[in-house]
Amino acid sequence: MNLEYFVFGVMFVMALGASLAMLFARNAVHAALFLVVTQVALALGFLLQGAFFVAAVQIILYAGAIMVLFLFVIMLLGVDTREALIDPLPGQRPLAIGLGGLLAAEILWVAVRGVELAAGGEDQATALTELNQNPGNVKALAAELFSRYLLPFEATSVLLVVAIVGVMVLARRIGRVPNTGTGAESASGSDKEGAAA
Amino acid sequence: MPVSFFLVLSALLFSIGIYGVLARQHAVLVLLSIELMLNAVNINLVAFSAMLQEAGLGGQVFALFVIAVAAAEVGVGLAIVILIYRNRQSVDLDELDLMKW
Repeated sequence: MNLEYFVFGVMFVMALGASLAMLFARNAVHAALFLVVTQVALALGFLLQGAFFVAAVQIILYAGAIMVLFLFVIMLLGVDTREALIDPLPGQRPLAIGLGGLLAAEILWVAVRGVELAAGGEDQATALTELNQNPGNVKALAAELFSRYLLPFEATSVLLVVAIVGVMVLARRIGRVPNTGTGAESASGSDKEGAAA
Repeated sequence: MPVSFFLVLSALLFSIGIYGVLARQHAVLVLLSIELMLNAVNINLVAFSAMLQEAGLGGQVFALFVIAVAAAEVGVGLAIVILIYRNRQSVDLDELDLMKW
């Protein structure tokens, strides 16, 4: 039990610190790498809650495929495009800090108070380990996914196909003879669809 | 482990993402902040799935759906960013004033 809290503490500090570092990183590549650290920490949190399959998918798909896609586009756009520190819209940054802080306070209050009202969030470890051991996490998840949530599952596959077609249409060059510069970019388009699928 | 720990973490990450969306100017960084917000939602889904164990693993299934939707969103969003860069040679969101009156 103590070990559990320790792991949660490490995960909490890692996720929060890396996401704050992402927020204030000037370089886009650094920001993307900090988000990778955040996502690995969150996968640790999923493991802590017994969601083994979701943790694996989080690392493989999020920290792997999606972040590689991000890094690819950042490299394509040029690494040394840094943000200007002055904002043309005056007061945007303090307003964003204020609104973000307000939202944080609201959600924190709702989270703590709502769970107190529900009065169910004390200890759920026993039922979880039981379900994870009897059919196994992946098996239980598959049984849910392919019976009760079959229609949303199919809808998700349709969504992915639509996204792939949309990306292909968007990234295509229309009516221009490809020169040396366009070869790399059309290759990037096919890479992206592979990762999105 | 109380579920509110995870809810607190999720709320903080979501607010950081909100700030990033509101204040960053680089379009790719705004997309990264959106990813952070989706991750915060995933923490909530998995935490409630662990809390309401009798209701089945619906929360984890929905976390998988959120990840799939995030993959589709990133693909389309980054294609749009590349298109904007190709047309205007810049991904600074403050310079995208084409529809400003």
